[in-house]
Amino acid sequence: MTTMTEVQTTQLYQVFIKASPEAIWDAITKPEFTTRYFYGSAVDTTGEPGTPWRGWTADRSQQLVDGELVEWDRPRRLQHTWRALYDEDTALEPYSRVTWEIEPQDGGYSKLTVVHDQLEESPKTAENVAGGWMYVLSGLKTLLETGEPLASG
Amino acid sequence: MDDDRVFKALADATRRHLLDRLFERDGRTLTELESELEMTRFGVMKHLRVLEEAGLVVTRRSGREKLHFLNPVPIRLIHDRWIDKYTERYVSALADLKTDLEESA
Repeated sequence: MTTMTEVQTTQLYQVFIKASPEAIWDAITKPEFTTRYFYGSAVDTTGEPGTPWRGWTADRSQQLVDGELVEWDRPRRLQHTWRALYDEDTALEPYSRVTWEIEPQDGGYSKLTVVHDQLEESPKTAENVAGGWMYVLSGLKTLLETGEPLASG
Repeated sequence: MDDDRVFKALADATRRHLLDRLFERDGRTLTELESELEMTRFGVMKHLRVLEEAGLVVTRRSGREKLHFLNPVPIRLIHDRWIDKYTERYVSALADLKTDLEESA
C-alpha cells in the first residue's frame, strides 16, 4: 500500500439546504449571489448551452474560471466544463466537468449535489478543488438559510 | 441536516475506517469495500447504511454497479458550526490576554 492518495477522478459533494430549488439555482447562476460565497467570484453565463461559463473577480478585472455551459435545466440540472485560471498549474490542465443537481425534499429542503468529474488528466485541479467545494457549499447553505455569508473562511 | 446522525456515524472505528478507505479511493462498490474489511457483507452494508443516513456516504449508479462516494460536506458543516465558533472565542481570549498583559506592563 502506498502513502499517496490516488487522484479522485470523480468528486461528489452533497448538502441539504432549507431553500427552494429555484432559490438555489439563482444562487449558483447569478453573480450577485456567487460573489458572497464563491471565493468572491462573479459567475458569468448567458444560460444558453454552448456559450461560455466564466467566473471573474468581483471587479471583473481578472478571469478566474473558464468553461462552457453544457446543460441548463432550471431548477434541476446544470452542467458546465471547468478550468481554473487562478492557479498557473491548474490553468495548464485540460477542462474537467461540473454537474449541479437539485432535488426538492420534504420540509422546505432541497438536496444539492455537485459532481466534479473528468479529472483523469487534471490531478492538480482535482487536488485544488477538493477543499474548495466544501467551503463553497457550506457558504452557499449559510447564505441561503441566514441571508449572511460565512463569517470566516 | 442532522448533526446527531453525523456524530453517531463517526463514533465507530469501522465506519471511520470505511470513510478512510473511500478517501483514498472514491466511488467503490460494496464488494471492493468488503474485501478490505474482516467483516461479513451484511455487516459492511449495515455500517454503510448508517453513513448514508448521516449523509457521509452517497451512492450513485454507474451501469449495473452501485458506487459509494465519500461526502465530506457534513463534516465541514460541523466544523463551521462548532469548531470555528469555539476556536474563535479561544483566539480572541488570547488576544485579550495579550492586550491586558501589554497594557499593564
